[in-house]
Amino acid sequence: MSKVLMKGNEALAEAAMRAGCKCFFGYPITPQTEISAYLAKHMAKRGGVFLQAESEIAAINMTLGAAASGVRAMTSSSSPGISLKSEGISYIAASDLPCVIVNVERGGPGLGGIQPAQSDYNQAVKAPGHGDFHMLVFAPSSVQETVDMTYLAFDMADKYRMPAMILSDGLMGQMMEPVEFPDREVNPVEKPWACSGHKNKREHNIINSLYLKPDILEDSVRSRYKRYEQVENELPDAESYLCEDADIVVTGFGAAARIAETAVNNAREKGIRAGLFRPKTLYPFPKKELNEAVGNAKAILDVEMNMGQMIDDIKLYTECRLPVYFYGRTGGNIPSAEEILHEIEVCSMKGEKAECR
Amino acid sequence: MLTEIIFSGFGGQGILFAGKTLAYSGMDMGKEISWLPSYGPEMRGGTANCSVCISDDKIGSPLVTSPDILAVMNTPSFDRFESKVKSGGIIFADSAMTERETVREDVEFHKIPASELADKNGLTGMGNIVLLGNMLKECGNRLGDFTLSAVKEAFKKIVPPSKPELLEKNIKALELGYAY
Repeated sequence: MSKVLMKGNEALAEAAMRAGCKCFFGYPITPQTEISAYLAKHMAKRGGVFLQAESEIAAINMTLGAAASGVRAMTSSSSPGISLKSEGISYIAASDLPCVIVNVERGGPGLGGIQPAQSDYNQAVKAPGHGDFHMLVFAPSSVQETVDMTYLAFDMADKYRMPAMILSDGLMGQMMEPVEFPDREVNPVEKPWACSGHKNKREHNIINSLYLKPDILEDSVRSRYKRYEQVENELPDAESYLCEDADIVVTGFGAAARIAETAVNNAREKGIRAGLFRPKTLYPFPKKELNEAVGNAKAILDVEMNMGQMIDDIKLYTECRLPVYFYGRTGGNIPSAEEILHEIEVCSMKGEKAECR
Repeated sequence: MLTEIIFSGFGGQGILFAGKTLAYSGMDMGKEISWLPSYGPEMRGGTANCSVCISDDKIGSPLVTSPDILAVMNTPSFDRFESKVKSGGIIFADSAMTERETVREDVEFHKIPASELADKNGLTGMGNIVLLGNMLKECGNRLGDFTLSAVKEAFKKIVPPSKPELLEKNIKALELGYAY
Protein backbone atom coordinates (compact mmCIF):
# COMPACT_ATOMS: atom_id res chain seq x y z
CA MET A 1 0.00 0.00 0.00
CA SER A 2 1.26 3.47 -0.81
CA LYS A 3 1.85 6.19 1.71
CA VAL A 4 -0.86 8.56 2.80
CA LEU A 5 -0.66 11.77 4.77
CA MET A 6 -2.49 11.51 8.05
CA LYS A 7 -2.67 13.01 11.50
CA GLY A 8 -1.30 10.82 14.27
CA ASN A 9 -4.75 10.59 15.83
CA GLU A 10 -6.48 9.56 12.60
CA ALA A 11 -3.74 7.08 11.77
CA LEU A 12 -4.11 5.54 15.22
CA ALA A 13 -7.85 5.19 14.73
CA GLU A 14 -7.40 3.58 11.30
CA ALA A 15 -4.77 1.20 12.70
CA ALA A 16 -7.09 0.20 15.54
CA MET A 17 -9.80 -0.85 13.07
CA ARG A 18 -7.28 -2.73 10.95
CA ALA A 19 -6.03 -4.46 14.10
CA GLY A 20 -9.51 -5.82 14.62
CA CYS A 21 -10.84 -3.38 17.20
CA LYS A 22 -14.59 -3.98 17.27
CA CYS A 23 -15.67 -1.59 20.02
CA PHE A 24 -14.64 1.95 20.77
CA PHE A 25 -15.96 4.01 23.65
CA GLY A 26 -14.89 7.61 24.05
CA TYR A 27 -15.64 11.03 25.34
CA PRO A 28 -14.36 14.17 23.57
CA ILE A 29 -11.30 16.00 24.82
CA THR A 30 -8.62 18.01 23.04
CA PRO A 31 -6.11 16.99 21.69
CA GLN A 32 -7.42 13.45 21.14
CA THR A 33 -10.77 14.24 19.53
CA GLU A 34 -9.78 13.20 15.99
CA ILE A 35 -9.59 9.58 17.19
CA SER A 36 -13.25 9.65 18.18
CA ALA A 37 -14.23 11.67 15.13
CA TYR A 38 -12.53 9.25 12.73
CA LEU A 39 -14.00 6.19 14.40
CA ALA A 40 -17.45 7.78 14.56
CA LYS A 41 -17.28 8.12 10.80
CA HIS A 42 -15.86 4.71 9.91
CA MET A 43 -16.44 2.19 12.68
CA ALA A 44 -20.07 1.28 12.01
CA LYS A 45 -19.46 0.92 8.25
CA ARG A 46 -16.72 -1.57 8.97
CA GLY A 47 -18.66 -3.76 11.32
CA GLY A 48 -17.72 -2.21 14.63
CA VAL A 49 -19.37 -0.26 17.39
CA PHE A 50 -18.59 3.39 18.07
CA LEU A 51 -20.20 4.82 21.14
CA GLN A 52 -19.78 8.25 22.64
CA ALA A 53 -20.25 7.64 26.33
CA GLU A 54 -21.69 10.09 28.84
CA SER A 55 -18.33 10.41 30.58
CA GLU A 56 -14.78 9.08 30.63
CA ILE A 57 -15.69 6.83 33.53
CA ALA A 58 -18.55 5.31 31.57
CA ALA A 59 -16.29 4.84 28.55
CA ILE A 60 -13.60 2.89 30.41
CA ASN A 61 -16.20 0.66 32.05
CA MET A 62 -17.84 -0.01 28.68
CA THR A 63 -14.38 -0.95 27.46
CA LEU A 64 -14.14 -3.37 30.38
CA GLY A 65 -17.47 -4.90 29.40
CA ALA A 66 -16.56 -5.27 25.74
CA ALA A 67 -13.17 -6.77 26.60
CA ALA A 68 -14.89 -9.22 28.95
CA SER A 69 -17.01 -10.45 26.05
CA GLY A 70 -13.80 -11.26 24.18
CA VAL A 71 -13.72 -8.59 21.47
CA ARG A 72 -10.91 -6.16 20.87
CA ALA A 73 -11.89 -2.89 22.55
CA MET A 74 -10.36 0.56 22.87
CA THR A 75 -10.94 3.85 24.62
CA SER A 76 -9.06 7.10 24.24
CA SER A 77 -8.71 10.35 26.10
CA SER A 78 -6.24 13.02 27.08
CA SER A 79 -4.56 13.60 30.43
CA PRO A 80 -7.43 14.81 32.72
CA GLY A 81 -9.71 12.20 31.16
CA ILE A 82 -7.21 9.43 31.84
CA SER A 83 -7.21 10.37 35.52
CA LEU A 84 -10.95 9.75 35.49
CA LYS A 85 -10.39 6.35 33.90
CA SER A 86 -7.89 5.16 36.46
CA GLU A 87 -10.40 3.26 38.58
CA GLY A 88 -11.61 1.38 35.51
CA ILE A 89 -8.06 0.63 34.40
CA SER A 90 -7.37 -0.96 37.76
CA TYR A 91 -10.54 -3.09 37.46
CA ILE A 92 -9.52 -4.15 33.94
CA ALA A 93 -6.05 -5.17 35.15
CA ALA A 94 -7.54 -7.02 38.12
CA SER A 95 -9.92 -8.83 35.79
CA ASP A 96 -7.05 -9.83 33.47
CA LEU A 97 -8.74 -8.22 30.51
CA PRO A 98 -6.96 -7.09 27.36
CA CYS A 99 -7.78 -3.68 25.92
CA VAL A 100 -6.09 -0.61 24.49
CA ILE A 101 -6.21 2.79 26.19
CA VAL A 102 -4.90 5.85 24.37
CA ASN A 103 -3.59 8.91 26.17
CA VAL A 104 -2.90 11.87 23.88
CA GLU A 105 -1.18 13.85 26.60
CA ARG A 106 -1.66 17.56 27.22
CA GLY A 107 -0.22 19.91 29.83
CA GLY A 108 -1.18 19.41 33.46
CA PRO A 109 -1.83 19.22 36.36
CA GLY A 110 -5.52 19.91 36.74
CA LEU A 111 -7.34 20.93 33.60
CA GLY A 112 -3.93 22.27 32.64
CA GLY A 113 -3.80 23.27 29.00
CA ILE A 114 -4.43 21.70 25.63
CA GLN A 115 -0.92 21.87 24.19
CA PRO A 116 1.39 18.83 24.08
CA ALA A 117 3.16 17.50 27.19
CA GLN A 118 4.61 14.29 28.57
CA SER A 119 3.70 14.84 32.20
CA ASP A 120 1.77 11.59 32.52
CA TYR A 121 4.83 9.30 32.38
CA ASN A 122 4.63 8.49 36.07
CA GLN A 123 0.88 7.98 35.92
CA ALA A 124 1.16 5.59 32.97
CA VAL A 125 4.18 3.66 34.14
CA LYS A 126 3.95 3.73 37.93
CA ALA A 127 0.36 4.26 38.97
CA PRO A 128 -2.34 3.96 36.33
CA GLY A 129 -4.74 3.04 39.15
CA HIS A 130 -4.84 1.64 42.67
CA GLY A 131 -3.41 -1.71 43.62
CA ASP A 132 -0.49 -3.91 42.56
CA PHE A 133 -0.53 -4.05 38.76
CA HIS A 134 1.10 -2.94 35.55
CA MET A 135 -0.13 -1.79 32.19
CA LEU A 136 1.86 -2.11 28.95
CA VAL A 137 2.95 1.35 27.83
CA PHE A 138 4.05 2.12 24.26
CA ALA A 139 5.58 5.51 23.40
CA PRO A 140 5.52 6.29 19.65
CA SER A 141 7.68 9.08 18.25
CA SER A 142 6.28 9.30 14.71
CA VAL A 143 2.94 8.82 13.01
CA GLN A 144 4.20 5.57 11.45
CA GLU A 145 5.26 4.26 14.83
CA THR A 146 1.87 5.24 16.26
CA VAL A 147 0.33 2.90 13.69
CA ASP A 148 2.80 0.06 14.25
CA MET A 149 2.44 0.30 18.01
CA THR A 150 -1.35 0.27 17.83
CA TYR A 151 -1.25 -3.12 16.09
CA LEU A 152 1.30 -4.33 18.62
CA ALA A 153 -0.65 -3.03 21.60
CA PHE A 154 -3.74 -5.05 20.64
CA ASP A 155 -1.66 -8.18 20.06
CA MET A 156 0.32 -7.89 23.27
CA ALA A 157 -2.73 -6.98 25.36
CA ASP A 158 -4.36 -10.20 24.14
CA LYS A 159 -1.22 -12.26 24.59
CA TYR A 160 -0.60 -11.21 28.18
CA ARG A 161 -4.24 -10.48 29.09
CA MET A 162 -3.53 -6.99 30.34
CA PRO A 163 -4.42 -3.41 29.41
CA ALA A 164 -2.03 -1.64 27.03
CA MET A 165 -1.60 2.10 26.68
CA ILE A 166 -0.46 4.13 23.68
CA LEU A 167 1.17 7.13 25.33
CA SER A 168 0.94 9.75 22.61
CA ASP A 169 0.80 13.52 23.04
CA GLY A 170 -0.67 16.58 21.36
CA LEU A 171 2.29 16.85 19.01
CA MET A 172 2.16 13.20 17.88
CA GLY A 173 -1.62 13.30 17.63
CA GLN A 174 -2.01 16.54 15.69
CA MET A 175 0.90 16.34 13.27
CA MET A 176 0.58 14.82 9.82
CA GLU A 177 3.29 12.62 8.37
CA PRO A 178 3.35 10.12 5.53
CA VAL A 179 2.22 6.77 6.83
CA GLU A 180 1.77 3.27 5.50
CA PHE A 181 -0.61 0.66 6.82
CA PRO A 182 0.93 -2.77 6.62
CA ASP A 183 -1.34 -5.42 5.14
CA ARG A 184 -1.95 -7.90 7.83
CA GLU A 185 -4.54 -10.42 8.75
CA VAL A 186 -6.12 -10.21 12.12
CA ASN A 187 -5.83 -13.53 13.85
CA PRO A 188 -7.65 -13.11 17.10
CA VAL A 189 -6.36 -15.35 19.84
CA GLU A 190 -8.64 -17.88 21.45
CA LYS A 191 -10.29 -16.43 24.53
CA PRO A 192 -11.77 -19.37 26.42
CA TRP A 193 -12.14 -17.12 29.48
CA ALA A 194 -14.50 -14.67 27.72
CA CYS A 195 -18.10 -14.15 28.77
CA SER A 196 -19.46 -14.54 25.28
CA GLY A 197 -22.53 -16.72 25.74
CA HIS A 198 -22.34 -20.50 25.99
CA LYS A 199 -25.89 -21.90 25.56
CA ASN A 200 -25.35 -24.06 28.65
CA LYS A 201 -22.65 -26.03 26.85
CA ARG A 202 -19.90 -25.18 29.31
CA GLU A 203 -19.35 -23.82 32.79
CA HIS A 204 -19.96 -20.12 33.39
CA ASN A 205 -16.98 -17.87 32.98
CA ILE A 206 -16.82 -15.32 35.73
CA ILE A 207 -14.92 -12.08 35.33
CA ASN A 208 -14.39 -10.43 38.65
CA SER A 209 -12.00 -8.22 40.57
CA LEU A 210 -13.37 -8.69 44.09
CA TYR A 211 -11.64 -11.20 46.34
CA LEU A 212 -12.57 -10.87 50.00
CA LYS A 213 -10.21 -13.60 51.19
CA PRO A 214 -6.65 -12.26 51.45
CA ASP A 215 -5.06 -15.58 50.47
CA ILE A 216 -7.04 -15.83 47.29
CA LEU A 217 -6.40 -12.20 46.42
CA GLU A 218 -2.68 -12.61 47.11
CA ASP A 219 -2.56 -15.65 44.86
CA SER A 220 -4.28 -13.79 42.04
CA VAL A 221 -1.85 -10.87 42.33
CA ARG A 222 1.17 -13.19 42.53
CA SER A 223 0.14 -15.12 39.46
CA ARG A 224 -0.27 -11.81 37.60
CA TYR A 225 3.24 -10.80 38.67
CA LYS A 226 4.53 -14.10 37.26
CA ARG A 227 3.14 -12.95 33.95
CA TYR A 228 4.79 -9.55 34.37
CA GLU A 229 8.15 -11.35 34.70
CA GLN A 230 7.52 -12.89 31.30
CA VAL A 231 6.51 -9.47 29.91
CA GLU A 232 9.69 -7.92 31.26
CA ASN A 233 11.78 -10.61 29.60
CA GLU A 234 10.04 -10.61 26.24
CA LEU A 235 8.74 -7.17 25.43
CA PRO A 236 11.20 -4.33 26.24
CA ASP A 237 12.08 -2.38 23.11
CA ALA A 238 14.28 0.64 22.50
CA GLU A 239 16.18 2.52 19.83
CA SER A 240 19.81 3.40 20.33
CA TYR A 241 21.21 5.98 17.93
CA LEU A 242 24.95 6.73 17.68
CA CYS A 243 25.45 5.43 21.22
CA GLU A 244 28.45 3.10 20.60
CA ASP A 245 31.11 5.78 20.99
CA ALA A 246 28.99 8.43 22.69
CA ASP A 247 30.45 10.45 25.57
CA ILE A 248 27.03 11.84 26.30
CA VAL A 249 23.83 9.90 25.79
CA VAL A 250 20.58 11.83 25.55
CA THR A 251 17.57 9.89 26.84
CA GLY A 252 14.00 10.72 25.92
CA PHE A 253 10.78 9.15 24.66
CA GLY A 254 8.07 10.05 22.16
CA ALA A 255 8.02 13.58 20.79
CA ALA A 256 10.93 14.78 22.96
CA ALA A 257 13.16 12.03 21.54
CA ARG A 258 12.62 13.00 17.89
CA ILE A 259 13.57 16.60 18.67
CA ALA A 260 16.57 15.37 20.65
CA GLU A 261 17.70 13.35 17.62
CA THR A 262 18.12 16.57 15.63
CA ALA A 263 20.12 18.03 18.53
CA VAL A 264 22.32 14.91 18.66
CA ASN A 265 23.05 15.24 14.92
CA ASN A 266 23.90 18.92 15.39
CA ALA A 267 26.17 18.08 18.33
CA ARG A 268 28.01 15.50 16.20
CA GLU A 269 28.59 18.18 13.56
CA LYS A 270 30.23 20.26 16.28
CA GLY A 271 32.49 17.37 17.21
CA ILE A 272 30.65 16.33 20.38
CA ARG A 273 30.19 12.59 20.59
CA ALA A 274 26.52 12.48 21.46
CA GLY A 275 24.02 9.64 21.13
CA LEU A 276 20.33 9.07 21.73
CA PHE A 277 18.59 6.35 23.71
CA ARG A 278 14.85 6.14 23.19
CA PRO A 279 12.71 3.61 25.02
CA LYS A 280 9.80 2.50 22.84
CA THR A 281 8.19 0.55 25.65
CA LEU A 282 8.00 2.48 28.92
CA TYR A 283 6.56 -0.52 30.72
CA PRO A 284 8.36 -2.89 30.48
CA PHE A 285 11.33 -0.51 30.58
CA PRO A 286 14.26 -1.56 28.37
CA LYS A 287 16.79 -1.74 31.21
CA LYS A 288 19.34 -3.95 29.45
CA GLU A 289 19.22 -1.81 26.30
CA LEU A 290 19.71 1.37 28.37
CA ASN A 291 22.80 -0.03 30.04
CA GLU A 292 24.22 -1.12 26.71
CA ALA A 293 23.57 2.33 25.24
CA VAL A 294 25.38 4.17 28.04
CA GLY A 295 28.21 1.61 28.20
CA ASN A 296 30.87 4.07 27.06
CA ALA A 297 29.19 7.29 28.14
CA LYS A 298 30.51 9.77 30.65
CA ALA A 299 27.16 11.45 31.27
CA ILE A 300 23.47 11.21 30.50
CA LEU A 301 21.17 14.09 29.57
CA ASP A 302 17.51 13.24 30.03
CA VAL A 303 15.11 15.34 27.94
CA GLU A 304 11.37 15.28 28.54
CA MET A 305 8.33 17.49 28.07
CA ASN A 306 7.72 17.57 31.83
CA MET A 307 9.60 18.44 35.02
CA GLY A 308 11.60 15.20 35.03
CA GLN A 309 9.75 11.89 35.41
CA MET A 310 11.51 9.20 33.36
CA ILE A 311 14.80 10.56 34.77
CA ASP A 312 14.12 8.62 37.99
CA ASP A 313 14.03 5.37 36.03
CA ILE A 314 17.17 6.31 34.11
CA LYS A 315 19.01 6.84 37.40
CA LEU A 316 17.53 3.71 38.96
CA TYR A 317 18.33 1.37 36.10
CA THR A 318 21.85 2.74 35.61
CA GLU A 319 22.26 2.58 39.39
CA CYS A 320 23.41 6.22 39.36
CA ARG A 321 26.79 5.20 37.94
CA LEU A 322 26.83 8.27 35.71
CA PRO A 323 25.82 11.86 36.28
CA VAL A 324 22.29 12.30 34.92
CA TYR A 325 21.37 15.84 33.88
CA PHE A 326 17.92 17.00 32.92
CA TYR A 327 16.38 19.39 30.46
CA GLY A 328 12.64 19.75 30.17
CA ARG A 329 9.90 22.08 29.06
CA THR A 330 6.42 21.72 30.42
CA GLY A 331 2.93 23.18 30.42
CA GLY A 332 2.51 22.67 26.68
CA ASN A 333 5.82 24.16 25.56
CA ILE A 334 7.97 22.11 23.24
CA PRO A 335 11.75 22.12 23.59
CA SER A 336 13.61 23.20 20.47
CA ALA A 337 16.55 21.32 19.02
CA GLU A 338 18.69 24.44 19.70
CA GLU A 339 17.81 24.39 23.41
CA ILE A 340 18.68 20.71 23.66
CA LEU A 341 21.93 21.23 21.73
CA HIS A 342 22.88 23.95 24.20
CA GLU A 343 22.28 21.55 27.10
CA ILE A 344 24.35 18.86 25.39
CA GLU A 345 27.21 21.34 25.05
CA VAL A 346 26.97 22.39 28.69
CA CYS A 347 26.77 18.78 29.91
CA SER A 348 29.64 17.59 27.75
CA MET A 349 31.84 20.24 29.38
CA LYS A 350 30.77 19.14 32.86
CA GLY A 351 31.41 15.52 31.97
CA GLU A 352 32.44 13.16 34.69
CA LYS A 353 33.22 15.76 37.29
CA ALA A 354 29.66 16.60 38.15
CA GLU A 355 27.56 14.92 40.77
CA CYS A 356 24.45 12.93 39.99
CA ARG A 357 21.69 15.35 40.94
CA MET B 1 18.14 20.25 2.94
CA LEU B 2 15.43 21.24 5.40
CA THR B 3 12.90 23.92 4.49
CA GLU B 4 10.64 25.20 7.26
CA ILE B 5 7.48 27.05 6.37
CA ILE B 6 4.73 28.79 8.33
CA PHE B 7 1.33 29.58 6.81
CA SER B 8 -0.71 31.97 8.90
CA GLY B 9 -3.94 33.96 8.76
CA PHE B 10 -7.54 33.89 9.96
CA GLY B 11 -9.43 30.67 10.54
CA GLY B 12 -11.49 30.04 7.39
CA GLN B 13 -8.94 31.35 4.90
CA GLY B 14 -7.71 27.87 4.12
CA ILE B 15 -4.41 28.28 5.93
CA LEU B 16 -4.26 24.66 7.02
CA PHE B 17 -5.33 23.48 3.56
CA ALA B 18 -2.57 25.45 1.83
CA GLY B 19 -0.02 23.84 4.13
CA LYS B 20 -1.51 20.43 3.58
CA THR B 21 -1.34 20.86 -0.19
CA LEU B 22 2.35 21.63 0.00
CA ALA B 23 2.95 18.72 2.39
CA TYR B 24 1.13 16.32 0.08
CA SER B 25 3.16 17.43 -2.92
CA GLY B 26 6.35 16.94 -0.92
CA MET B 27 5.31 13.45 0.07
CA ASP B 28 4.58 12.52 -3.54
CA MET B 29 8.04 13.72 -4.47
CA GLY B 30 9.54 11.31 -1.96
CA LYS B 31 10.54 13.95 0.58
CA GLU B 32 10.31 13.68 4.34
CA ILE B 33 7.52 16.00 5.36
CA SER B 34 5.57 17.02 8.43
CA TRP B 35 2.53 19.24 8.91
CA LEU B 36 1.47 20.57 12.28
CA PRO B 37 -1.56 22.82 12.85
CA SER B 38 -2.05 25.28 15.63
CA TYR B 39 -4.96 23.88 17.55
CA GLY B 40 -7.17 25.19 20.27
CA PRO B 41 -9.56 28.03 20.98
CA GLU B 42 -7.69 30.44 18.70
CA MET B 43 -8.96 28.50 15.69
CA ARG B 44 -12.56 29.48 16.24
CA GLY B 45 -12.76 32.74 14.30
CA GLY B 46 -9.31 33.79 15.42
CA THR B 47 -5.92 33.21 13.87
CA ALA B 48 -4.81 29.89 12.47
CA ASN B 49 -1.37 28.76 11.46
CA CYS B 50 0.45 25.64 10.46
CA SER B 51 4.04 24.48 10.32
CA VAL B 52 5.27 22.54 7.31
CA CYS B 53 8.71 20.92 7.17
CA ILE B 54 10.11 19.55 3.91
CA SER B 55 13.38 17.73 4.15
CA ASP B 56 15.69 15.22 2.52
CA ASP B 57 16.42 13.74 5.96
CA LYS B 58 14.36 12.64 8.93
CA ILE B 59 12.47 15.52 10.54
CA GLY B 60 13.02 16.23 14.22
CA SER B 61 10.66 18.85 15.57
CA PRO B 62 7.59 19.38 13.39
CA LEU B 63 7.03 22.71 15.16
CA VAL B 64 8.56 25.54 13.16
CA THR B 65 9.81 28.37 15.36
CA SER B 66 11.97 30.20 12.83
CA PRO B 67 10.74 29.65 9.27
CA ASP B 68 12.68 29.92 6.03
CA ILE B 69 9.43 30.92 4.38
CA LEU B 70 6.49 32.75 5.93
CA ALA B 71 3.12 33.22 4.22
CA VAL B 72 0.70 35.60 5.94
CA MET B 73 -2.89 36.41 5.14
CA ASN B 74 -3.64 38.98 7.85
CA THR B 75 -1.93 41.69 9.90
CA PRO B 76 -1.89 39.90 13.28
CA SER B 77 0.00 37.00 11.68
CA PHE B 78 2.42 39.41 10.03
CA ASP B 79 3.09 41.05 13.40
CA ARG B 80 3.45 37.75 15.17
CA PHE B 81 5.81 35.90 12.84
CA GLU B 82 7.77 38.60 10.96
CA SER B 83 10.61 38.71 13.51
CA LYS B 84 10.84 34.90 13.58
CA VAL B 85 11.81 34.50 9.91
CA LYS B 86 15.39 33.36 9.40
CA SER B 87 17.83 35.88 8.01
CA GLY B 88 17.80 35.42 4.25
CA GLY B 89 14.29 34.00 4.43
CA ILE B 90 11.24 35.00 2.42
CA ILE B 91 7.94 36.59 3.44
CA PHE B 92 4.82 36.32 1.29
CA ALA B 93 1.90 38.57 2.17
CA ASP B 94 -1.64 38.74 0.84
CA SER B 95 -1.70 42.50 0.27
CA ALA B 96 -5.49 42.44 -0.06
CA MET B 97 -5.66 41.40 3.58
CA THR B 98 -2.80 43.36 5.11
CA GLU B 99 -1.30 46.72 4.16
CA ARG B 100 1.86 46.05 6.08
CA GLU B 101 5.26 45.83 4.50
CA THR B 102 8.17 44.20 6.24
CA VAL B 103 10.54 46.23 8.39
CA ARG B 104 13.20 43.54 8.03
CA GLU B 105 16.07 44.33 5.69
CA ASP B 106 17.57 40.84 5.76
CA VAL B 107 14.62 39.02 4.20
CA GLU B 108 13.03 38.91 0.76
CA PHE B 109 9.50 40.31 0.63
CA HIS B 110 6.74 39.50 -1.85
CA LYS B 111 3.25 40.91 -1.80
CA ILE B 112 0.36 39.79 -3.93
CA PRO B 113 -3.30 40.77 -3.59
CA ALA B 114 -4.18 37.09 -3.49
CA SER B 115 -7.69 37.27 -2.04
CA GLU B 116 -8.65 40.07 -4.40
CA LEU B 117 -7.30 38.21 -7.43
CA ALA B 118 -9.26 35.17 -6.36
CA ASP B 119 -12.46 37.21 -5.97
CA LYS B 120 -12.09 38.81 -9.38
CA ASN B 121 -11.68 35.46 -11.06
CA GLY B 122 -14.66 33.78 -9.50
CA LEU B 123 -12.49 31.92 -7.02
CA THR B 124 -13.70 33.54 -3.82
CA GLY B 125 -12.07 31.96 -0.77
CA MET B 126 -9.08 30.67 -2.70
CA GLY B 127 -6.62 33.45 -1.92
CA ASN B 128 -4.67 30.84 0.01
CA ILE B 129 -3.99 28.85 -3.17
CA VAL B 130 -3.21 31.98 -5.20
CA LEU B 131 -0.60 32.81 -2.54
CA LEU B 132 0.74 29.27 -2.69
CA GLY B 133 1.04 29.49 -6.49
CA ASN B 134 3.05 32.66 -6.17
CA MET B 135 5.23 31.05 -3.53
CA LEU B 136 6.03 28.16 -5.88
CA LYS B 137 7.13 30.55 -8.59
CA GLU B 138 9.21 32.91 -6.45
CA CYS B 139 10.89 30.31 -4.24
CA GLY B 140 12.18 28.08 -7.00
CA ASN B 141 14.85 25.80 -5.63
CA ARG B 142 14.69 27.23 -2.15
CA LEU B 143 11.51 25.27 -1.61
CA GLY B 144 13.06 22.03 -2.79
CA ASP B 145 12.37 20.84 -6.32
CA PHE B 146 8.70 21.67 -6.29
CA THR B 147 6.98 21.95 -9.61
CA LEU B 148 3.60 23.32 -10.48
CA SER B 149 2.55 19.95 -11.85
CA ALA B 150 3.48 18.14 -8.62
CA VAL B 151 1.17 20.43 -6.68
CA LYS B 152 -1.60 19.97 -9.24
CA GLU B 153 -1.24 16.22 -8.80
CA ALA B 154 -1.51 16.65 -5.04
CA PHE B 155 -4.85 18.44 -5.44
CA LYS B 156 -6.23 15.34 -7.12
CA LYS B 157 -5.60 13.43 -3.92
CA ILE B 158 -6.81 16.02 -1.43
CA VAL B 159 -9.91 17.35 -3.14
CA PRO B 160 -12.76 14.88 -2.65
CA PRO B 161 -13.70 13.13 -5.94
CA SER B 162 -17.32 14.10 -5.27
CA LYS B 163 -16.42 17.75 -5.84
CA PRO B 164 -14.65 17.87 -9.23
CA GLU B 165 -15.44 21.58 -9.62
CA LEU B 166 -13.25 22.31 -6.60
CA LEU B 167 -10.31 20.54 -8.19
CA GLU B 168 -10.62 22.69 -11.28
CA LYS B 169 -10.92 25.87 -9.22
CA ASN B 170 -7.91 25.05 -7.06
CA ILE B 171 -5.77 24.44 -10.11
CA LYS B 172 -6.98 27.71 -11.64
CA ALA B 173 -6.13 29.58 -8.42
CA LEU B 174 -2.69 28.01 -8.30
CA GLU B 175 -1.97 29.04 -11.89
CA LEU B 176 -3.24 32.53 -11.20
CA GLY B 177 -0.72 33.01 -8.38
CA TYR B 178 2.04 31.39 -10.39
CA ALA B 179 1.45 33.74 -13.32
CA TYR B 180 1.30 36.89 -11.19
